[in-house]
Amino acid sequence: MRILYPFIAVLALVLIALVGANLPGGQALIGVVLPYVAFLIFLGGFVAKILGWAKSPVPFRIPTTCGQEKSLSWIPQNCIDNPSTRGGVVIRMILEIFLFRSLFRNTKTEIHDGPKLVYGSSKYLWLFGLLFHYCFLTIVIRHLRLFTTPVPFFVSVTEYLDGFFQVGLPVLYQTDIIFVLAITFLFLRRVIMPQVRYISLPADYFPLFLIMGIAITGILMRYFLRADIVSIKQLTMGLVTFSPSIKEGISSVFFIHLFLVCVLLAYFPFSKLMHLGGVFLSPTRNMTNNSRMVRHENPWNDPNIKPHSYAHYEDEFREFMVEAGLPVDKGLPPSADEDPAEK
Amino acid sequence: MADPKAAQLGVSVVKDPSLMTGAIPTKDWMDVPAIFKPGNYCYPAKAKMVEYHHFPNPREWTVESDDWKLDPNWKQIILEGMRERLMKFRSFKIFMDCCVRCGACADKCHFFLGTGDPKNMPVLRAELMRSIYRHDFTAAGKILGRLAGAREMDFGVLKEWFMYFYQCTECRRCSVFCPYGIDTAEITMMGRELLHLVSVNTNWILEPLANCNRTGNHLGLQPHTLKENTEYLLDDIESITGVRINPTFNRKGAEILFITPSADFFADPGIYTMMGYLLLFEHIGLDYTMSTYASEGGNFGLFTSNEMMKKINGKMYAEAKHLGVKWILGGECGHMWRVVHQYMDTMNGPADFLEEPISPITGTRFENAASTKMVHVSEFTADLIKNNKLKIDARRNDHRTVTFHDSCNPSRAMGMLEEPRYILKNVVNKFHEMPPNTIREQTFCCGSGTGLNTGEIMELRMRGGLPRANAVKHVKDKYGVNTLSCVCAIDRATLLALMDYWNPGVAVCGVSELVGNALVMDGEKERETGLRFEELAS
Repeated sequence: MRILYPFIAVLALVLIALVGANLPGGQALIGVVLPYVAFLIFLGGFVAKILGWAKSPVPFRIPTTCGQEKSLSWIPQNCIDNPSTRGGVVIRMILEIFLFRSLFRNTKTEIHDGPKLVYGSSKYLWLFGLLFHYCFLTIVIRHLRLFTTPVPFFVSVTEYLDGFFQVGLPVLYQTDIIFVLAITFLFLRRVIMPQVRYISLPADYFPLFLIMGIAITGILMRYFLRADIVSIKQLTMGLVTFSPSIKEGISSVFFIHLFLVCVLLAYFPFSKLMHLGGVFLSPTRNMTNNSRMVRHENPWNDPNIKPHSYAHYEDEFREFMVEAGLPVDKGLPPSADEDPAEK
Repeated sequence: MADPKAAQLGVSVVKDPSLMTGAIPTKDWMDVPAIFKPGNYCYPAKAKMVEYHHFPNPREWTVESDDWKLDPNWKQIILEGMRERLMKFRSFKIFMDCCVRCGACADKCHFFLGTGDPKNMPVLRAELMRSIYRHDFTAAGKILGRLAGAREMDFGVLKEWFMYFYQCTECRRCSVFCPYGIDTAEITMMGRELLHLVSVNTNWILEPLANCNRTGNHLGLQPHTLKENTEYLLDDIESITGVRINPTFNRKGAEILFITPSADFFADPGIYTMMGYLLLFEHIGLDYTMSTYASEGGNFGLFTSNEMMKKINGKMYAEAKHLGVKWILGGECGHMWRVVHQYMDTMNGPADFLEEPISPITGTRFENAASTKMVHVSEFTADLIKNNKLKIDARRNDHRTVTFHDSCNPSRAMGMLEEPRYILKNVVNKFHEMPPNTIREQTFCCGSGTGLNTGEIMELRMRGGLPRANAVKHVKDKYGVNTLSCVCAIDRATLLALMDYWNPGVAVCGVSELVGNALVMDGEKERETGLRFEELAS
């Protein structure tokens, strides 16, 4: 069910788009109204989510330290995995965001007779995760061609490099192949590995199917069905210049592609895909480990929480303390047998 | 393995069907109820303990019963508590939202490795909480319900929380591997705070807390007892070294206040670590005092709530001020140093009545403690050794082949990795590291931290401690390691049980014990035994 439902949901979305694109007014709805709505939801939702996180303070300095702290001058500090300066944090975050450093540490643990635990290196998730994200980024950059005139230099360069081997006509983009491979890996991993399968939710499969759908329709358009790129660019340019118009004859597969992209955009802020924003704000990664050097303030620190006081402590144990020869602040009260009145 | 139970458990962890041994559970995790049976839960807090801390609804209740005598309003209390904490802790909010369930954390948890219980995978432990978060705090969860991974808070969920938030030692190992730095400790801490709101708590945590509040230490040692215990140790030191040491308590005007976990005053093998400190301070002629009022380094408040942590921790600065010392020196303890390093200054600072710590012996300025004004004894000792201030005869530890266990908190919530190693390499001739995946920031927990070091869950602890024990076994077999050193009082108590169970014959000690044993004291007699009256190598 966890796999089937999201699959059916994506199929249903494809069908809706297919039917919609062939209904009167449907193309305008999918091609014009929906992109605006989806983009607004994406933008608004994304910003709202980030602001929502930012609204909650970070009361304590809680970086996860993954190396030697700054301490004595002759002990080499691990400035990146245990940063004590903002520069160190920036490098740590760059490595985390651009190279998935933490995931690179991944190991696989097995238990054998003995019992004996064995730890092996396991970089596949890191590798395919990284490939997936970079291909996605490249594909997004390539798509900027549709929203700009003239096409910026970096877009053309990206396209050129992506088709570097000049295979086929139209030129085959490497990212298209790697992207599909990576996403297939991420999907198969979820299905095959018992641990990951057990924790996976429909919300994990849905974006995979959705993105797969987007990739497949995109590939169909470019390599097989040969969509009318001129008309499409006219539509997309119309969207960015707020003067949208749709020419006749754009194939249905384009509208399916666009519809799925819109769904992805609108779904994004309400899903786990927000890890894109979350990773920047994660307090265990983006804080310096300098809490003994510089005082970190907690905005809701309650000054009324006080320890059980020394005075109370001494009041309770004074007699024992005096007897044991421990110093006390107040002496013992004169005891009964020393009472002068009795003498 | 000498212990037949250990042999049996050793087979069980490998052969019994579990997610760790390749068996795939047939039921969705939401449909698997938490079932309590003797041995898999900590005893609930006694009514008088709950009352002592002014927690709500003090009562006697049994965990195995289906009536926990909860406040009729308990669900609302928990949800309100969650709302409040989402507003107060950004970590909590982000960690509820941005997990992608990649599973990188799954086999990083010692409890999962030892039990194979799916809900001990950090990701699923967090999902126990996230499912409720989605249901009550997100649009998708409200609309799609279970399809969005959401579920309603009910008694079954509460039972799961009590079971699995107390099968996590908040060691942060998972957070090292998480691509977003999601720290299960943050989630478990929130979970425990929420459970306290409806007084679902354990006696093993609340009783030491009550003791600590009243007598100054977890063990409930009263001032005269504390002094008396120290006298016994001083007698032992005298008969072993021929040197009589006279430390002071509660002395106003001392330069340094020394605070260490109370177990070091009282419990084997912590007492030998204590003897190590006493010898060290005598050796360098340190002007220090100890406190009977702030006689606990540890802080079970960390395992309870941030308010309780602050209240208990407050004594350190209060006593430093009361005695008029210049700065504070802290003993070997794991979670104590999490509190001191990451929370103390924020909670109870600024400590502007203290001075920036400077070693009176070497003149070294401890810049890394400039604000908090508290230095770790390993930092302090490493500096002494580096500056040749100690007369050391490392051969006195030749009867020991030593390895070092990085405690969770000093490694992953502080980063004190090199100091203890530097000390060890100077006071011990035979030192061997455990495999790289099990030390430093990837170190494995002893399996009994965060108030889980109680006898009623012994099997669980031995399972949780298996990865650590296994790594020790590796160096025991390979290099003949017979001593597991550490800088944590909970470790000294729990690793002892763990070694007796999995690796009999391996002793557990604090790093400072090995220092004390190697120190050549002025006017000492020829040493015939170590600090435990154990024979030295001939």
